[in-house]
Amino acid sequence: MTIVNRLDRTFERARGEGRAVLMPYLTAGYPSPEAFVDLATDILESGGDVLEIGIPFSDPLLDGVSIQDSQQQALDAGTTPADCLTYAVELHTRSGKPLIFMGAYNPILSYGIDRFCRASKEAGVAALIVPDVPFEEQGELLAGTEEHGLHLIQLLAPTSTDARVEAVCARASGFVYCISLVGITGARASVAATARPLVERVRRYTDVPVIVGFGISGPAQVRKVAEFADGVIVASKLIDVIRDAPEDRRTETARTFIGELRDAVQGTAVSPE
Amino acid sequence: MATDTETQTPGRFGSFGGRFAPETLMAALTELDRAYEDARADSSFQDELQELERTFVGRPTPLYFARNLSERFGARIYLKREDLAHTGAHKINNAVGQGLLARRMGKGRIIAETGAGQHGVATATVCAKLGLECVVYMGEVDMERQALNVFRMELLGAEVQPVSSGTATLKDAINEAFRDWVANVESSYYLIGSVVGMHPYPTMVRDFQSVIGREARAQMLGETGSLPDYVVACVGGGSNAMGIFHPFANDASVELVGVEAGGRGSGLGEHAATLVYGVPGVLHGARTYVLQDEHGQIVGTHSVSAGLDYPGVGPEHSHYKESGRATYVAVDDAEALEAFQTLSHAEGIIPALESAHAVAHALKMAEGEAAGKTILINLSGRGDKDVTQVRDILRGTA
Repeated sequence: MTIVNRLDRTFERARGEGRAVLMPYLTAGYPSPEAFVDLATDILESGGDVLEIGIPFSDPLLDGVSIQDSQQQALDAGTTPADCLTYAVELHTRSGKPLIFMGAYNPILSYGIDRFCRASKEAGVAALIVPDVPFEEQGELLAGTEEHGLHLIQLLAPTSTDARVEAVCARASGFVYCISLVGITGARASVAATARPLVERVRRYTDVPVIVGFGISGPAQVRKVAEFADGVIVASKLIDVIRDAPEDRRTETARTFIGELRDAVQGTAVSPE
Repeated sequence: MATDTETQTPGRFGSFGGRFAPETLMAALTELDRAYEDARADSSFQDELQELERTFVGRPTPLYFARNLSERFGARIYLKREDLAHTGAHKINNAVGQGLLARRMGKGRIIAETGAGQHGVATATVCAKLGLECVVYMGEVDMERQALNVFRMELLGAEVQPVSSGTATLKDAINEAFRDWVANVESSYYLIGSVVGMHPYPTMVRDFQSVIGREARAQMLGETGSLPDYVVACVGGGSNAMGIFHPFANDASVELVGVEAGGRGSGLGEHAATLVYGVPGVLHGARTYVLQDEHGQIVGTHSVSAGLDYPGVGPEHSHYKESGRATYVAVDDAEALEAFQTLSHAEGIIPALESAHAVAHALKMAEGEAAGKTILINLSGRGDKDVTQVRDILRGTA
């Protein structure tokens, strides 16, 4: 089933501009439920093409300390999946840029898959990323996302065998999320050597945009990844930047950081089609 | 058990189980599944396992007729003495099996998590024996209540990593162990301690623990000429219970009863009785019953017993609950503490606080529905690790 929504048009536009797509991640309800929507708006206005909204979970298995702590802080402040939907509606109204939900399966199951997918679509969300639901277990989730015109984003890792890469790519919708390294989320000093070979393997099996995330932390790394991928996700490092900024300088700091990342994707050679 | 290709839905127990794992681990889980299937079919692996069970673990463990308890409570009560296994609990059965498998797979570094410390001690023991590096994750709360087991693991050469995130108990130790495994999946083996997690763990751990039920079934037939009417075991993650239940699963006359930790009340967060009070969800890689709030967040648990303090449960138990093959009940802290003392006085056996939950319920049954019947209790561990804590509680200084 082919789904086309504003996310796909964003990739087309960036390709036309000869650059990669910048996809920042922010945990919903972080740094506080009151501050989240304004900060997320700043991120989109200062250069984010797509926002990945993290749905906080009590037990984020794939996340390092930065995202873990941001999720715990959001949960302690009472953030619920229903709040995430409310934030998406507000952001969609304000900016119109594509929004993606990323989160663990259990809160979605608890909300109800079909109900959550319908509400996400109505909120203006373009895609779901649910990292603890691998290819083999996607039946129920896929029924919901397809019914409501959402992309279910497929993830691949350096450890994925060629047979898995082929099978997973056959189901690719929206983009393929390449996990750059063997490990959990968290800023790293350099781009993992495993990132580029994975992107190259994925391109053998699919024409959908290929995005890289995990461990990417600053403009130099973003530029490096943008040379071989169609988009770059910056998550933990953005959380770190926000966490470490004085509260009255948070907006400015986040805008400056996103602006630098955006400059880094500008004019990057998009891989040949 | 069916072997899977890389893209079929693996490891289901009815609608439960599966493999809800991040992509990074999927190839390793497939590799583990194949390695386990190979090992299962390899007589040299089975021979080595049985030799270690006999000479290192001390199997078969005895079946013991608890005469004093039987006379006092009015049923024929038998204890399967897993408390007499090496390291003091059933956990060693699984640790030996998976340790041999890890070595066979060429993985030199073992990751484990532990709640009460029994699985950590068992894993550290096996790693010492097999010459494997061992890292054990343990919640800070559990490290405090099971300080002796922390020292025991260190003495055995393991590195104990404190976990302070979340509730700082077993669930968070599992989270940290998973994170370690995701980062070191190519060199390390994650030795899960219960019938939880993604396929093939629930099946594999059940198989290694089923030695309990196979022995107990043969021993009951040998000593009494018949099967027990009831098999009773405590359930945290559920490995000792599944180990004794599974070989009786096709014996329709045998009622299987799992006893969960009722803690100090029925409110969310007051107990760890996942099957009694929980709902189906997905935790730690499996679809199974979980304790969660109305937004799908996993909640903290409470039990006097660290080994039962877990908001999930093995997926096969969820299936047994739904199919009606087993029933699950809750026993609270006070009842478990009473049974801890009763068994100590009546039989000269100090049980683990976990196992005391099973004893407490069996004694209730003996005075009611099971009067005059035969009850087999899995005495999953001994209570040496718990005596300081119980002393403090009884003296009112805890």
